[in-house]
Amino acid sequence: MGGLSGRRIWLGVAAPVTALVGAGIIIVILLLATGHNPFDAFSAMGGAYSDPSVVTGAINQTTVFYLSAVAVAIGFKMNLFNIGVDGQYRIAALVAAAVAGAAFMSSLPSVLRIILTLLVAVLVGGVWAGIAGWLRVTRGVSEVISTIMLNSIATALIAYLLTPDRLAILMGNNVSTRPITDGGQVPNFDIGTGTPLFSLILLAALVGVAYWFLLNRTVFGFSIKATGLSETAAVASGISVKKMMFAAMVLSGAVAGLVGMPELLNGISGSYSLNFQTGIGFTGIAIALLGRNHPVGIVFASALWSFLASSSNALQSVQVPKELVTIMQGIIVLLVVIAYEIVRRAGIVLEQRDVARQLAVTAAREEVAA
Amino acid sequence: MTTIEMARTRRDVPLGRRRRMPAWGWLLVVLVGLAVVSAIRLFSDASNLTSAGAIEAAIAAAVPIALAGLSGLWSERAGVVNIGLEGMMILGTFGAGWAGYQWGPWAGAFFGIVCGALGGLLHGLATITFGVDHIISGVAINIVAPGITLFLSELLFTNAPGGGQRQSPPVSDVFKITINGLTDWLGTIESKDWFFLSDLAGIVRGMTTQLSALSLLAAILIAASGYVLWRTRFGLRLRSCGEAPYAAESLGVNVIRYKYAAVTISGALAGLAGAFLVVGLKFQDGQTRGLGFIGLAAMIFGNWRPGGLAIGAGLFGYTDGVRLYDSTSTAMHAVVLLLAVALVIVAALQLRRGNRMVALSGLIIAALAAWWYFSIDQVPRQLVVAAPYTITLLVMGLASQRLRMPKADGLIYRKGEH
Repeated sequence: MGGLSGRRIWLGVAAPVTALVGAGIIIVILLLATGHNPFDAFSAMGGAYSDPSVVTGAINQTTVFYLSAVAVAIGFKMNLFNIGVDGQYRIAALVAAAVAGAAFMSSLPSVLRIILTLLVAVLVGGVWAGIAGWLRVTRGVSEVISTIMLNSIATALIAYLLTPDRLAILMGNNVSTRPITDGGQVPNFDIGTGTPLFSLILLAALVGVAYWFLLNRTVFGFSIKATGLSETAAVASGISVKKMMFAAMVLSGAVAGLVGMPELLNGISGSYSLNFQTGIGFTGIAIALLGRNHPVGIVFASALWSFLASSSNALQSVQVPKELVTIMQGIIVLLVVIAYEIVRRAGIVLEQRDVARQLAVTAAREEVAA
Repeated sequence: MTTIEMARTRRDVPLGRRRRMPAWGWLLVVLVGLAVVSAIRLFSDASNLTSAGAIEAAIAAAVPIALAGLSGLWSERAGVVNIGLEGMMILGTFGAGWAGYQWGPWAGAFFGIVCGALGGLLHGLATITFGVDHIISGVAINIVAPGITLFLSELLFTNAPGGGQRQSPPVSDVFKITINGLTDWLGTIESKDWFFLSDLAGIVRGMTTQLSALSLLAAILIAASGYVLWRTRFGLRLRSCGEAPYAAESLGVNVIRYKYAAVTISGALAGLAGAFLVVGLKFQDGQTRGLGFIGLAAMIFGNWRPGGLAIGAGLFGYTDGVRLYDSTSTAMHAVVLLLAVALVIVAALQLRRGNRMVALSGLIIAALAAWWYFSIDQVPRQLVVAAPYTITLLVMGLASQRLRMPKADGLIYRKGEH
């Protein structure tokens, strides 16, 4: 089977490459149709990376995207569609920021403060997702609906809590939680690019390894995958589907709780304010799908996403709307799956041809023998 | 066995586990519900619960949700999950803005429909022809649609009169329907502040004052969808593609063509939902605010049926409309009490069915809501926004779940592979 695995690798690489090339072609057509010079646009995007601080920024953003995508992927593995990562990470970041900035924290040792902050984030994210999980297993409410609703409820709740007489203080024109004092944040890696590298990239890596380990080396992960693949088979083999569903949802929310942590613990402001990044939960859905819910696949997908996004501002120097990048991202998601599907079918055809050839050879030999 | 005999024997078989409620039963439910609302309005002096203005706002809020839900219904009934309808709605807003400011609102609505339908066709191409996972395709469309609309809006609207990088020039409104003699008479009754009658008058007046022609069109489309999907050959075949595509195929139904028809109609309806937001206003970035997802939720809430989704959209639109119209927020305060009463009723119904735990949790939440009502004078401004979502979630959690989606919904169909 050596030749076959070689082909499999070749086919595996072919799909993403085809998708990228295809996306490039569509973008060129779009640019030409709207009277822009594609070469200028692409060289402007490429030129953006000559600034090392842009590259560092993109890596930092990759960290955030990765956490969000893993949170979504945990749900997907269990056939749960957690659209609510967005609300989960925002409310978790708000509460964690409020706790981290609280006055009593200053007297605690640095490590304890950081662990406490992370713990609060994980807990709040898990609880918020747990509502949806609980409604799903006890009342059969589709998690798609409940997480959509919980996203909006989280937005309202954050607006309510992020006011000066509650969890926030007035900072100039902006309301934010009390900034974390010295020692409450995690020191960054200074790699001499002007923009420091988020040290929580290590946390993201740890989450990735834990996700891989959980799925491939634990009974829990096996049960999740089994339930995701066939619920009836899982029930027959004694897996409590309800329990697994609830656990997967809470776990997904717990990881979602970490999404805001790089910005909070590594970022400059060290607080949750109206400027806090929103919408990462939705990006995470696309990235998880692009990375096929695989711990390593998601690394590439989030890097691709983030590097594309960070080149968008450069487009404006050549008078191309920066939304070009968004279009490109969407097209890539679509084309990658289409390409995988075509490659899969091509693989089946090739395999069938192989088998047919071998059968023909055996049949011919038998004939000769006879 | 003759046909007559067959008909007779079939009648003896019970139609299902659940008895269907007759029409007068529904009427009774509505009347009792209105009486409860009326009592609460009088008790808490919140005239906006049933005032004509609030109802107008509620209709305006409910229509795009209902249209989005209807969009989801068409495609899911043919077995294609359409999470991308939010994106198709965005395409609709752009089409409506672009054509609307140049050639008037109806051209806008038409182009909104066309743009949405194009989005639907793209979804069809990906899911039906290429066999892509429906969720992935939908998510991709939700990313591409805002990207492409903003890209085009920067190119087309920046130098247009009254336009900008992220918004189109204003679009005029379609005609509005007001039944003059009736509304005056109803207005008099409404102002008397009577129990029940004034509320009824307010609601009817809200529905007959300044009713957008597009709202009327939406109502017609909901009814027509119900008729076409459940009472015509085309609808039966379309639904068979969502329930058992291979069985349909074996009976000679061209499944692929029906699925394409369904997603195109779905896209067109989503486009109309987007156009509804633009007409009388303008295209703006982020205008849909996730309404497509809410529409999807309304459809699931309504058990993949047009009547059910209309109720879901109405419930959502009502709370949202009252919230928007009610500047003093006394009405939203009253809604908290209304919620408590409704929960008690739900708890009683659940207790009769023997669901003790559900009844108990309903009562606990009702008690909390009642306590909250009496302990505050006003619902905090920021929390009012969450009301429609919270109520939908509570209803979903406490009402009985007898939801059944089309059997082959979301499954990838390949011709002749079964």
